[in-house]
Amino acid sequence: MEIKSIFFTAVKALWINKTRSVLTMLGVIIGVGSVVLLTSIGTGLQLYIQQQFANLGANTLFVVPGNPFGENGGLGNQETAFIESAQGKIKRRYLDKILRDHRDVIADGAATGFSTGEAKYKNKTKKITLLGVTANYETVNNFQAVKGQWFTNNDESGSRRIVMMGAKITEELFGQIDPINKQIKIEGQNYRVAGVLESKGGFGGPSFDNYIYLPLNTLFDDFNTELIDSFSIKVKDESQVDEATKRIEKTLLAQNLKKDEFSVFDQTQLLETINNILGILTAGLGAIAAISLVVGGIGIMNIMLVSVTERTREIGLRKALGATPNVILIQFLFEAALLSVTGGMIGVGIAYAGSLFIQQYFPAQVTPQAVILAFTVSTIVGLIFGAAPARRAAKLSPIEALRYE
Amino acid sequence: MPLLKLSNVSQHYQIGDITIKALDNLSFTIEEGEFVAVMGPSGSGKSTFLQVASMLAEPSSGSIMLKDKDVTHYDEKDRAHLRNKEIGFVFQQFNLLAKTSALENVALPLLYAGDSRTSRYQKAKEMLGKVNLSDRIHNAPNQLSGGQQQRVAIARALVNNPSILFADEPTGNLDSKSGADIKDLFKKLHQEGKTIIMVTHEKYISKIAKRLITLKDGRIVSDRKT
Repeated sequence: MEIKSIFFTAVKALWINKTRSVLTMLGVIIGVGSVVLLTSIGTGLQLYIQQQFANLGANTLFVVPGNPFGENGGLGNQETAFIESAQGKIKRRYLDKILRDHRDVIADGAATGFSTGEAKYKNKTKKITLLGVTANYETVNNFQAVKGQWFTNNDESGSRRIVMMGAKITEELFGQIDPINKQIKIEGQNYRVAGVLESKGGFGGPSFDNYIYLPLNTLFDDFNTELIDSFSIKVKDESQVDEATKRIEKTLLAQNLKKDEFSVFDQTQLLETINNILGILTAGLGAIAAISLVVGGIGIMNIMLVSVTERTREIGLRKALGATPNVILIQFLFEAALLSVTGGMIGVGIAYAGSLFIQQYFPAQVTPQAVILAFTVSTIVGLIFGAAPARRAAKLSPIEALRYE
Repeated sequence: MPLLKLSNVSQHYQIGDITIKALDNLSFTIEEGEFVAVMGPSGSGKSTFLQVASMLAEPSSGSIMLKDKDVTHYDEKDRAHLRNKEIGFVFQQFNLLAKTSALENVALPLLYAGDSRTSRYQKAKEMLGKVNLSDRIHNAPNQLSGGQQQRVAIARALVNNPSILFADEPTGNLDSKSGADIKDLFKKLHQEGKTIIMVTHEKYISKIAKRLITLKDGRIVSDRKT
């Protein structure tokens, strides 16, 4: 008997019990669907972050207080705690020294500090994050204005009360009104809106689009702070990134800073760390979802065992009419595999549709690898959990089976 | 050359400490074209005889020759092939696949014989015509009367042109009218030259057979022409 004929016999047997087949598949559908969907969210996040970093360019270095990377490159609790305590150690003048001393490798550098507060326009009030930046923040971080203009060095050194607005906070405060040259109140002081920045997108958590940017000196004066959040430094050429990192470290150590009071890193290092975390997160989510896939497999085994018992007479008849034990074994394996593969396909389809829906709010990306993996796993699950029932069916004695009531 | 020859066949079952001799040193020969009725009280070994003679079960001892070939110790796989090619079964309970058309039910043995789809359906259609069910080929068992279901089962038993047709109480589940129809069908098949071994306890059915074997306690107590 040809394999093809056994296959169609299995298809027919499943078709005869349509409702049961669909219910059995449900476990695998949910399992595969959740594995693919959850990994698609993880992968989407990684791609999104990579894109954001690509915008910055590969030759940007960052200097931050503390040591956010730790020994193993992860963001450990101890290290993040240390960021807080090290704040205040980095002074703005260090940036000027770095720029002066290493002109041969460093093109430019911007400093940022931050504070929080309430912004008010007419009767609308919003909680906001304020980012104090040097005037060259625009060029160093590739952050362009879509309306109006970035403030100048003079605005910064003169501590002028002007702000650049993120795209989202602009919409929230001004709606359809043109914000340029309007006055907003931040913590009681009036500021003039000089420009609106291009939207950087984002999801959950803090977003550039929600920030209000003002000259660093203005932030220091008005908010009574001197904390530097970070320096972003543009190296002249990508090949000089390592050299520049070493020199900046040397300069900072010479300013009486200890080794773990600051960190200099480029975006590959940061990206690696984030990717590590997201990789673990994605794998973790996938593993949790995989549990439901195993549960789905057990569901298949359960139903197949019931099916073998219920179809004992049929199996006996098939054997009496000439089906060998192997033919019965293969038929039942086909039935189990068909259930799990069909369930897997439906699951992938649902996950794909789900990811398209989620993309409206959150980056999600179904990768071929995730699909292939889910598919392979669901087939293997079907075969493994189908094996025991199929063996039981193949071993039935035709006489016992025909006699079975 | 006898078609089927059982020599000193015994079949023992062990239930706890007790050994039950379902068949006790039984010998039996059937020639091609014979119609044998097997009768006997309950527990006389009729069913066991049928199982052993039809290759469904291996005997505890003795030998079975089919067409001069010793088939006593064939394994499960070879037995299956042998049953598919040489044996046709008609059961008391019909044993048709539920929710499956008459055509597909009749074609089932040909599936295991390796026939192509076209050939399967063509032969099955012909056989259903032979049992007067040409207008019922797409009906599932639950859309057929008991007599019609048994005719489908007989068509299934004949479709692969077996050497011997085994029937186990074929009218046991039928009303007298349908039973009479099935009886006539067996008579016709015998006239066409089919070899038939039928287990029955109904005298009027056994009358169409040309030879009557009576079993008791696993032995043949009488074997006579009628």
